[in-house]
Amino acid sequence: MVKKERHVLVIFPHPDDEAFGVSGTISAHIASGTPVTYACLTLGEMGRNVGNPPIATRESLPDVRKKELEEAADAMGLTDLRMMGYRDKTLEFLAPGVLKSMVEELVAELNPTLVISFYPEHSVHPDHNATAEAVVEALADMPKETRPTFYAVAITLDNPDVVYSVKDYMREKLLALRAHHSQFGATFAEREKHYRGGDPEIVERLENERFFNYKFADDA
Amino acid sequence: MEPIAVTRVQTLIDSFARKDVYLHLETTNGAYASHFDQSFFSAGAYIRNAHINYKHGKIIGDGPYRVGLELNIGWVYGEGLTHFELNEDGQLILAGLNHEDKIAVTLEISEQPFRK
Repeated sequence: MVKKERHVLVIFPHPDDEAFGVSGTISAHIASGTPVTYACLTLGEMGRNVGNPPIATRESLPDVRKKELEEAADAMGLTDLRMMGYRDKTLEFLAPGVLKSMVEELVAELNPTLVISFYPEHSVHPDHNATAEAVVEALADMPKETRPTFYAVAITLDNPDVVYSVKDYMREKLLALRAHHSQFGATFAEREKHYRGGDPEIVERLENERFFNYKFADDA
Repeated sequence: MEPIAVTRVQTLIDSFARKDVYLHLETTNGAYASHFDQSFFSAGAYIRNAHINYKHGKIIGDGPYRVGLELNIGWVYGEGLTHFELNEDGQLILAGLNHEDKIAVTLEISEQPFRK
């Protein structure tokens, strides 16, 4: 299943972006001895699922989501969680180059052989796309020989290049999903019931994680 | 947060009147709204830490509620408000939950700037 890497760098804008799509892959890399860093750009300050009675206000939600993110990291076995301090829904408005430099600094420090993030223009949320574009800009500037592989998660593309079975890491993945309670809470409890009941569509969605091998302009 | 109690909220609004205060005001449908329904026109507005001083303010309606603040040189208002809280930092938080219990509007007043 997952290849041994020197270091895997995961970059997503919101706590919970990792959960459905890549948390099994993260656990698999950690289990195979590859160090993994998850840089999470915001604390999901604009989350809207607060329940009724509301468990959080606009002001307390970031603290709630920070704890959930830490809990998800623990569930995945992840020890290097970076919270980058940007604000939900503002990423596309940042000054030019800010996010690109952030990615460049992480890549320079960690020297990853694999970077995982969203796919530009195919990730539905403006923060997702802004993050994806910054990753592409930063990696495109690197010489081809030292550039890490970029596995992109796309929401609106079909036929992924890489599909990992994360069946062996479902315990970790379900815990990571459950950790983001303020976001998935009741919805996920329902989904988990169907998963445990063997609903083939949900089993297939959850036990496989899908990536596009991003092609840079100078890639063969 | 708890369901809005009009007299309590009116007292809180009055307590911030004629002071230099910071305002947070947002309306939002969530960034995914038009992904799930292409006919949905996603609109929202957001302002954080506007520095204002209002002469008076009112809460009106029988729920969801509307709040309007009259400034010397203008107005602030929000509608669809259902819940309130005076938090431990002394900030007045008003929020409106839609029929799916998701935040649809928030209006907040504080004597100290809100966290960026």
